[in-house]
Amino acid sequence: MSILAILEQRAGQNGLAEWNRMSFETLVAAQQIAAELNTTAAAAVVGKSIGGLAQELAAYQLDAVYAVEHDLLEHYTADGYSAALRQLLDQVKPLAVLFPHTYQVRDFLPKLATSLERVAVSDAIAHRVDGGQLVLVRQLFQGKINVDVRFAGEAPHFASLQAGAYRADKLVAGSANVESFAPRIQAADIRTRPLERFRESQRGVDLTAAEIIVSVGRGIKEADNIPMVEKLARALGGELAASRPICDAGWLPMERQVGSSGQTVAPKLYLAVGISGAIQHLVGMKGSRTVVAINKDPNAPIFEVADYGIVGDLFQVVPELTAAVEKIKK
Amino acid sequence: MKQVPARDSLLRIGAAGKSIEEADLAFEVNEPDAYALEAALQLKEQHGGEVIALSAGPARASQTIREALAKGADRAIHIEEEMQALDPLAAARLLAAAVQAEAPDLVLTGLQSDDLGYGQTGVILAELLGLPHATIVMQVEKLDGAIRVKRELEDGWFQHVEMPLPALLTIQSGISKLRYATLMGIKKAKTKEVKRLTAAGLGVAAGSSSIALDRLYSPERSKHTQLFTGTPQEAAAQLVEKLRFEARVL
Repeated sequence: MSILAILEQRAGQNGLAEWNRMSFETLVAAQQIAAELNTTAAAAVVGKSIGGLAQELAAYQLDAVYAVEHDLLEHYTADGYSAALRQLLDQVKPLAVLFPHTYQVRDFLPKLATSLERVAVSDAIAHRVDGGQLVLVRQLFQGKINVDVRFAGEAPHFASLQAGAYRADKLVAGSANVESFAPRIQAADIRTRPLERFRESQRGVDLTAAEIIVSVGRGIKEADNIPMVEKLARALGGELAASRPICDAGWLPMERQVGSSGQTVAPKLYLAVGISGAIQHLVGMKGSRTVVAINKDPNAPIFEVADYGIVGDLFQVVPELTAAVEKIKK
Repeated sequence: MKQVPARDSLLRIGAAGKSIEEADLAFEVNEPDAYALEAALQLKEQHGGEVIALSAGPARASQTIREALAKGADRAIHIEEEMQALDPLAAARLLAAAVQAEAPDLVLTGLQSDDLGYGQTGVILAELLGLPHATIVMQVEKLDGAIRVKRELEDGWFQHVEMPLPALLTIQSGISKLRYATLMGIKKAKTKEVKRLTAAGLGVAAGSSSIALDRLYSPERSKHTQLFTGTPQEAAAQLVEKLRFEARVL
């Protein structure tokens, strides 16, 4: 029984299907887990007219590549994708099925697993093989605690993998047969009607261009305290940004949000003030070259990705830091 | 609505390594679920109808239910069970049994829990109830016998999706301001109906879990963080020094 990676694509600007890059991380995970369990890896991609994408996978070390195609799979729906994948799994009978932990996967994977009376291990960050069994690592309490999880029931076992948990550049080249798979789906099976994807408005602030970002989180407590952090950003010549709760509260505009639902940034210096470091925030900034965290909780997950840190009261530390920066800039 | 350990809780792993010590923890409503309630109350204000708050958890979860009633839910259901050891499918089976009896037009949940964070209960519940669903919903618009919702996608993209009622939605946090309970609301909550159910009463067997928790532990640091100590002034000076001469970013 193989390890099957379900990859994600969507129509790009020119209307042609393109990969969600997280797909290749999932593919690497499938190859690594398959090797450790002495089995083979396979991949599948779902959609309409995705034969070309599937062909790209023929150059990797895979048992098989399944192009799951149907006109009704042109636009993503949970009903369509679940029905198609259930039929594929019935034919392929994999040991484990791996997905990238994307918004789309979050929308249909629990439904697919439930229809087969399974529970998916969502948002896994690593794996190991122990006594011939796959053990996955998940984060609890927003990253404060880890848990090792294993599958108790029969195959197939489902898991989704956190962005960045596996490195796409570790893909092993080889060759694979591309097979097409035509699921039986009827229009009546699909109960939701997806409309066009859209963007709200042009972003006024391009945080991705900033070399220095000072980002503020829940620890700031009140909107009235934001200017204190803004002053630090100004002293550093950087942009002010925030984690989601600050923008949700309307204390800073949404366009200044860093994280999975905001902008993904990789500045020279990212200074996180009063940000605990929930994974939704970390995925938006962990590519930064130097990360500084100021937080009162020494166990805050932000310290996991920080190069430098001050454990303390931000209301005391930030003004001192601003003063120290102003001194050297003079 | 789920009750979870308060956000700033100091978490201690139990001796067996299988669970969190609950004895000295404070609990609060799972924040995403508070937004689901807010969305429900706003829909009621626009279109009429009734809001039922449903929570599964031990006796302490009655606090979450009281708060929901005080904010404006019309009545509540409390499935009084210890939930910590249940996987999301087992938890959803309990909730599904209670929801089925009410046959609501719309079921709203938070998009994930702040404790276990599976982010699956809502979608599993939809599948068990045979309902269409949408996740990470920002806006709900009522159509004739149907709804149109605005879903959040990644990287600042959105999408509208239409579906017939009844349906299930998982609500994104922060889509509107959470209301506070008024004094009047708190007073009125005491007179509102709370139906108490149990797994046995609902006819839901515990069943075997298809995933097993091996061990809880504190994560290892993947990066070595240089921490600066001393007074805030000293720590700030050391940090600026390092940023200038080691990281060379200033």
